[in-house]
Amino acid sequence: MGKIKALVMDEENIRRALYRLSHEITERNKGVENLILVGIRTRGVPLARRLADLIQQQEGVEIPVGVLDITFYRDDLSLLSPQPVVHRTEIPVRVNEKKVVLVDDVLYTGRTVRAALDALMDLGRPEAIQLAVLIDRGHRELPIRADFIGKNVPTSRREVVHVKLNEVDNEDNVVIEEQENGA
Amino acid sequence: MSFSRKHLLGLENLEAKEIIEILNTAVPCKDIIKREIKKLPTLRGRSVVTLFFEPSTRTRISFELAAKRLGADTVSIAVNTSSVQKGENFVDTVKTIEALGADFIVLRHSVAGSPQLLAETVNCRVINAGDGAHEHPTQALLDLFTLRERCGEIAGLNVVIVGDIMHSRVAKSNIYGLLKLGAKVTVVGPPTLLPPGIEELGVRVMTNLDAALEEANVVNVLRIQKERQQKGLFPSLREYTRLYGLTKERLAGAPQDLIIMHPGPANLGVEISEEVATDPRSVISTQVTNGVAVRMALLYLMSGGENGDDLFN
Repeated sequence: MGKIKALVMDEENIRRALYRLSHEITERNKGVENLILVGIRTRGVPLARRLADLIQQQEGVEIPVGVLDITFYRDDLSLLSPQPVVHRTEIPVRVNEKKVVLVDDVLYTGRTVRAALDALMDLGRPEAIQLAVLIDRGHRELPIRADFIGKNVPTSRREVVHVKLNEVDNEDNVVIEEQENGA
Repeated sequence: MSFSRKHLLGLENLEAKEIIEILNTAVPCKDIIKREIKKLPTLRGRSVVTLFFEPSTRTRISFELAAKRLGADTVSIAVNTSSVQKGENFVDTVKTIEALGADFIVLRHSVAGSPQLLAETVNCRVINAGDGAHEHPTQALLDLFTLRERCGEIAGLNVVIVGDIMHSRVAKSNIYGLLKLGAKVTVVGPPTLLPPGIEELGVRVMTNLDAALEEANVVNVLRIQKERQQKGLFPSLREYTRLYGLTKERLAGAPQDLIIMHPGPANLGVEISEEVATDPRSVISTQVTNGVAVRMALLYLMSGGENGDDLFN
């Protein structure tokens, strides 16, 4: 891990951003009917759970939250050794006819989202898929964009955006780090 | 993130954490084979060749399905249809298969150690699907997976393996795997079918099945190969059944929650009765399903390359 260059969000910033995102999601979807949130492992999952809690507070309805593991769908597996650990995909309802909001921590090249779209499509035929991310750091390599963005963070490719969440990292913040040996 | 083997020749040389990683990976693989679209793009463009010099239905089909579920192409070569019968030798045959572009060769052969020879001969990944009386690692892995799924934990389980321990590659791979994961293993069979010195592996040896079953959590019933009887290793199938067959009567004296396993295909009425094979405590059909999941896990993990070498370039 490299040297921390900047604190992009603290706990309060994350809380407020998620609050706004939860409202944007229900506003765009005109409520919560047929809505499910699906977090991409690892840090998309606690974010999806937090968004679901916020929506429940506002709308009084419990939104199903799923967990998506995209490892089998990655486009770089043949370049990796050893293979990354695969975890389970656990989505509590069928995705057919559902409005699925995919949730991830950082949107960067778009390759993870591409894999997540393929993984979701193999589970059924959602009515729509939308994308919510806490951070959009740019540098897309695929024609993919987010529907709901917590914060736009201009970065260089040599930097790493690190989202830390209480549920996984025992702290809530977003920092930019300089990668030690280039690319 | 530790699995970096190029070949799977047996469980004897695997570490417990490697076995556990295969079992862990098989959990999401089982989810895939239970869903509607049972297909992944993970091994798209790779080729898995099953090369079987001995007859087998379930192991070969299980490997082929596992490969197909992962998106790989499969080619199945049975010895009676290949050039081996025209006198082409083993090394020539496998070199040809490699030259045709195989990424994995899954080998079954009656000669113990042939997967080792194959691994030394070719550059592709080699998986042992049973070699002589040596090992059948994927059978043991699916047995371990089934037990872990049922019991949560393998450590501390009392597992009885009954039958022709001497000639059984299933027994050997199971013994290695179970012991590495902390189970207690008892092997039971007629003295003529128990290899001398087997207790040095760390197993208990018994000849009385009823006594062995008293404190067992699991009984794994091995297939009795009828040709062994012709070699005079035991007097008659009927006597074998009386002493070592798993029957309803014998089960009455065993723990109520005993798990019954059989690697298949079973000789119903010889080593296991039909009633017992279909008893609710029997996990025989679950074993078959889990075989695909475990083989998917293995193909996935082995496609990653070995200690940083770039496999598919």
